[in-house]
Amino acid sequence: MHIPDGYLSPSTCAALYAASAPFWYVAFRKITRLLSTRLVPLLSVFAAFSFVIMMFNLPLPGGTTGHAVGMAVSTIVLGPWGSILAISVALLIQALFFGDGGITAFGANCFNMAIVGSLVAYVAYRMIAGRAAISSPRRVVAAAVAGYLAINVAALLTAIEFGIQPMLFHDVSGAPLYAPYPLNIAIPAMMLGHVTIAGLAELVVSGGVVAYLQRSEPGLLKITAPGAVGEGDAEVVQRGGWRVARPLLILVAVMMILSPLGLVAAGTAWGEWSPEDFGNAQARQEIQAGSGNVAPPAAVPPGLAQVAGVWNAVLPDYDPFQSGDVNIQRIGYVISALVGGGLILLSFLLIGWVAGRMGRG
Amino acid sequence: MTMGEIRRAAPTRRRRKSFVERTIIGLAEAMEQSLYAEELAHTDGLLQKIDPRVKVVGMLALLVAAALSHTIGVILGLFAGALLLARLSQVPLRTLVGRIWVPVLLFTGVLALPAIFTTPGQPIAHLPLLGWAITAQGVSGATYLITRVETAATFSLLLILCTPWTHVLKALRVLQVPVVGVVILGMTYRYIFLMLQIARDMFESRQSRMVGRLTGPDQRRLAGASVGVLLSKSFTLSNDIYMAMQSRGFRGEVYTLDEFVMRRSDWLALAGFALVAGAAVIVDFRF
Repeated sequence: MHIPDGYLSPSTCAALYAASAPFWYVAFRKITRLLSTRLVPLLSVFAAFSFVIMMFNLPLPGGTTGHAVGMAVSTIVLGPWGSILAISVALLIQALFFGDGGITAFGANCFNMAIVGSLVAYVAYRMIAGRAAISSPRRVVAAAVAGYLAINVAALLTAIEFGIQPMLFHDVSGAPLYAPYPLNIAIPAMMLGHVTIAGLAELVVSGGVVAYLQRSEPGLLKITAPGAVGEGDAEVVQRGGWRVARPLLILVAVMMILSPLGLVAAGTAWGEWSPEDFGNAQARQEIQAGSGNVAPPAAVPPGLAQVAGVWNAVLPDYDPFQSGDVNIQRIGYVISALVGGGLILLSFLLIGWVAGRMGRG
Repeated sequence: MTMGEIRRAAPTRRRRKSFVERTIIGLAEAMEQSLYAEELAHTDGLLQKIDPRVKVVGMLALLVAAALSHTIGVILGLFAGALLLARLSQVPLRTLVGRIWVPVLLFTGVLALPAIFTTPGQPIAHLPLLGWAITAQGVSGATYLITRVETAATFSLLLILCTPWTHVLKALRVLQVPVVGVVILGMTYRYIFLMLQIARDMFESRQSRMVGRLTGPDQRRLAGASVGVLLSKSFTLSNDIYMAMQSRGFRGEVYTLDEFVMRRSDWLALAGFALVAGAAVIVDFRF
């Protein structure tokens, strides 16, 4: 995930430095106003913490280990702006003193992990956690999914940055000057590792830390939980959020698998008809059956006919795997990443459950 | 833990290291690497004598020159320059081989290898049995990537190995990094070692009290709890540091001592860096 020097062209690096700069500026202004004189020690120690947890070997379901970036953990505890700064500082120290990630690629690494990673983690966590109590298992699930999504979005961005290099930068003979793989190879290659190992590492550490903090230091979870309903669910705290959250995690995994399958499932969703459907006998029957037995108009409604051409080339029939269009292939990768992620999550939970049963037996 | 479990866990042969042990080893290696760099930064080599600001700007110029290059010959020329600098700065070859060249070759090399088949272009050979075509463009692309990454990584490592970290941080001021940024970086670097120490102690104390192996879910619970404990320790630590800073008169403004003075040799070195980087860009542009 840490892009070294030499993989991206200087112009890509410059563009990503420029894209990161406004976020750093805003984050710095916001955090300075919030923390005032506490800024220096808090940010320093938290950046050191981010650095150290990136070195942890995390045990994953299935017996392997992986490293996490801790984007969701930082975001949940510090808020997105504090997280952007803390992870950026940790990444700079890694690049400068430990050779992990390039110096010219520092802007790109910050953009992918510190900025986009933190913002994705924040949005996902707030959306899933909602107004749940601090001790609610829903927060464990929210943190785990936020971490999983954040690292996968960051990986997707990294893959896109790699994938555009051979298109834009090659020598006179056509040999790629920097990262050599186009998007159709870079994206699946990158996502495979992140949907599985790295994503799970982030999931384990994010869910695990929130479960731990719920029991021992719930105060640290309050920054990103405004409007959380009152406490009083002491039993949940005692039982431990991780275990209570397991059924919810299974539900999330199932939903991750089902939602993209729903998109590609046979039949057309109600209201998503194309002009051609009005001329097709079978499609007309489906529309009628789904519309309280009201027959559809004989001809294509003129409004639909007019606007249908405006946006018809991007996702024809949600059939990404058979299309030659690069845009559709990209959507296909995201869908397959989600399906794969959900399946893996579910299978590891299953393996864990079976292993647990066998261990007890 | 039952007796059966203890018996199963007894090490009769070389067993796989647990995640706790692997984390301890990883944390110790990070500390060791950094101490080695500090030691090397105080030896009497060429790069060690140059003003840190010149080194930061000069190495950055060489990195950018290597990144801009469209010619493998120029990248290799810069790589040879990096080797010469390493030699003159008493950086042992085995350090470069062990810390940069082999890891980069293993990672980037493996990553770049399939490109010799997947890159479209003129076939120059076919793989026996499989019949896959190796293209000239694929070989060039893989060579660009490997040589560029090796060269850039060598320059970065030379900067770190030949400059005390406090000087590297202060030198960042010439790149317009704000003073407060430099102070935060400095404190982060300092506290990384304390946190590494705390994390290692936590894992070691756990390891010393553990018999046999933990189950997967228990390992994950332990990892989550360890990160959580470290997190709450960092908040306590930052409060302590803040109070210590306040009691010593900290009111929010930060200053650094700017003791660097440019000598004639530093100007010469700056000219040397500019000349090499400029020559690389010009030669590359002409070919």
